[in-house]
Amino acid sequence: MGHLENINFFKAAKGFKSWLITVDHKRIGIMYLLFIVAAFTLGGLAAGIMRIELLSPDKVLLTAKQYNQFFTLHGAIMVFLFIIPSIPAALGNFFLPLQIGAKDVAFPKLNLASLYIYVFGALFCVYSMWHGAVDTGWTFYTPYSTTTDTSVISMTLGAFILGFSSILTGMNFIVTVHKMRAPGMTWFRMPLFVWSLYATSILQVLATPVLAITLLLLIVEKTMGIGIFDPAIGGDPVLFQHFFWFYSHPAVYIMILPAMGIMSELFTTFTKKNIFGYKAIAYSSIAIALVSFLVWGHHMFLSGQSDLASTIFSALTFIVAIPSAIKVFNWISTMYKGSIDLKTPFLYGLSFLFLFSVGGFTGIVLGTLSLDVHMHDTYYVVAHFHYVMMGGTVMGFLGGLHYWWPKMFGKMYNEFWAKIACALIFVGFNMVFFTQFILGSKGMPRRYYSYLDQFQPLHQFSTSGTWVMGLGFIIVFIYLINSLFRKEEVSNSPWGGITLEWQTTSPPPVYNFIETPIVDNDPYDFEKVKI
Amino acid sequence: MNKEIKIKKHEVAHHFDNSEQEFNSAKLGMWAFLGQEILFFSGLFVAYIIFRMMHPEMFIYASKHLDWKMGALNTVILILSSFTMVMAVRSAQVNKLKQCVNYLIATFSFAGMFMVVKGFEYASKISHGYLPAKFFNAESAHESLHIFFGIYFTMTGLHGLHVLVGMGLIIWLIIKAKKGHFYEDYYTPLEMVGLYWHLVDLIWIFLFPLLYLIG
Ligand SMILES: [Cu+2]
Repeated sequence: MGHLENINFFKAAKGFKSWLITVDHKRIGIMYLLFIVAAFTLGGLAAGIMRIELLSPDKVLLTAKQYNQFFTLHGAIMVFLFIIPSIPAALGNFFLPLQIGAKDVAFPKLNLASLYIYVFGALFCVYSMWHGAVDTGWTFYTPYSTTTDTSVISMTLGAFILGFSSILTGMNFIVTVHKMRAPGMTWFRMPLFVWSLYATSILQVLATPVLAITLLLLIVEKTMGIGIFDPAIGGDPVLFQHFFWFYSHPAVYIMILPAMGIMSELFTTFTKKNIFGYKAIAYSSIAIALVSFLVWGHHMFLSGQSDLASTIFSALTFIVAIPSAIKVFNWISTMYKGSIDLKTPFLYGLSFLFLFSVGGFTGIVLGTLSLDVHMHDTYYVVAHFHYVMMGGTVMGFLGGLHYWWPKMFGKMYNEFWAKIACALIFVGFNMVFFTQFILGSKGMPRRYYSYLDQFQPLHQFSTSGTWVMGLGFIIVFIYLINSLFRKEEVSNSPWGGITLEWQTTSPPPVYNFIETPIVDNDPYDFEKVKI
Repeated sequence: MNKEIKIKKHEVAHHFDNSEQEFNSAKLGMWAFLGQEILFFSGLFVAYIIFRMMHPEMFIYASKHLDWKMGALNTVILILSSFTMVMAVRSAQVNKLKQCVNYLIATFSFAGMFMVVKGFEYASKISHGYLPAKFFNAESAHESLHIFFGIYFTMTGLHGLHVLVGMGLIIWLIIKAKKGHFYEDYYTPLEMVGLYWHLVDLIWIFLFPLLYLIG
């Protein structure tokens, strides 16, 4: 295979079929990226249409039932098809082996299988949109989900299958981190992106099966009526909520932890400084993963759970804020006296810092028992989790995508337009969602088709923000595609990053490194490593 | 028919440095998989605990409708099958390839026996109308009896599904073992399916007393 070594992985094999049967983690990562971008576009369009409907309390485009179907569609696609796999399966797949100096993930065939399972699950979701779209919201709460005649079964089956894909990716990454590290790559020499993926993988493996059994029980309940969730036959609908959130709260960290990992990469490379508090950041990822299993009850303060349980869940929720804050302070400290380089990826990094902090603080508000009674199921909640999920994860994803784009494709995008787009997305995002904090605190309930006239100006302003943001995304799409047709190739490390992926060619060769790297330094030791 | 099976040497996959790394990776991956299996079933066990706490006397009453002798028979069958599975791995480790195939066939047969016994049990429950809620149509002293059978069918059904998957995997092992793929330096699939099979066995060992032996 010697002759393959110098050829980059795009050129190593040709043709459509070579992609379908590839076991190269880099190709699988790129295919994931394609599907994830498609899912994001679909989910984004659904959101855009919903926002247009909300321009007026009366009908604009959709009937009330269609509106319910659209927000379910938006939620289910964004959660299960986009955000959960986004960073781990696309960027993680590509860069985890590179960052630890491995030739591939531990189980390359399983990796490909997880992609196929993802596509298979996605087909179920697409089918159920087209065939009696679900109107339950992405949470599928009983008893409504057991009584509605929309296609809950095929949608939950889709999510069930997608869960398997997620579990397999998690298993693969855990083993890869344990067993595939290059010589000298000790645990505390791993880049922090790897640590965050490791913590994410633990959550994927341990939390997702609980969602799987929950959805399976829901399907069995709906088809055979076993009497577990449906109160009409003796079941307990609150039990469904417990099961559902036992997965879905940790899932929030499946979504955010990888983005936090990207932050650590951006904050070192674009300040040319060693990370402040390496171990604190690494351990805080694990701490977040563990504590996140114990806070699910904060979604159920008004479901009739006992006051004692609510108090404990509230206190534990405050505790999760600590490791998150540790990370934020360490990133800020990393910037101190660094040579800060405001390139596009870092602009996304700074956006994350700001938006995630807002999302985090408002999370504390919602975790407070007395306040949650008022804020519960209002737009305040919608704004809060969009600040975390979109302001956090999507900004992190975009930061990572821009940071690693030249490594993946060997081409650089137009920096000027990238900055314009970043600004549009940032401003548009705040227009949409900051407004919703105000709406929510004034009492506008979420998931409502219509509203009081007094809310109309704020709703209209919020909707106009989606157009600013949409424009930003269109620009991103154009200059990224355009970059692929550029002539000039980029160097190994266009940003001056020093982790292992920057020490190989752009794009990397088939087995990642011409020679297995031998590591004898900390990942961000800019004094020692010169590229 | 009785001729010896020839060893087929295993090649280490391209991305591993040596066979030890390959084996250890597979083993860790399998344990992670078993971890998720346990959490998958834990949802059912939690549901069981909650409904048993809600209807303690009904569970005792309902449990009497199950035939503990059949359950005990199946427990013995599964424990035996776990034993033959271990012996199959052991045979490969000492290069007794023919013996390995025989032990695998024995394991498969035990698994089949388990399913047959289970089938008889199901048939008898169904003929008496002890079905999950919607289809439940038996005379009963407890109005919530259908919930017990809902849980019973879900738990044993999912467990049975795992047994069927295991049987499929064992067939695959038998085919590979007959071709001589497993020997002292390479028996990873045997070991991995073995781990899976022990978990399936273990889950039944919990299900048996929880469902059949209450009160
Ligand atoms: Cu939560």
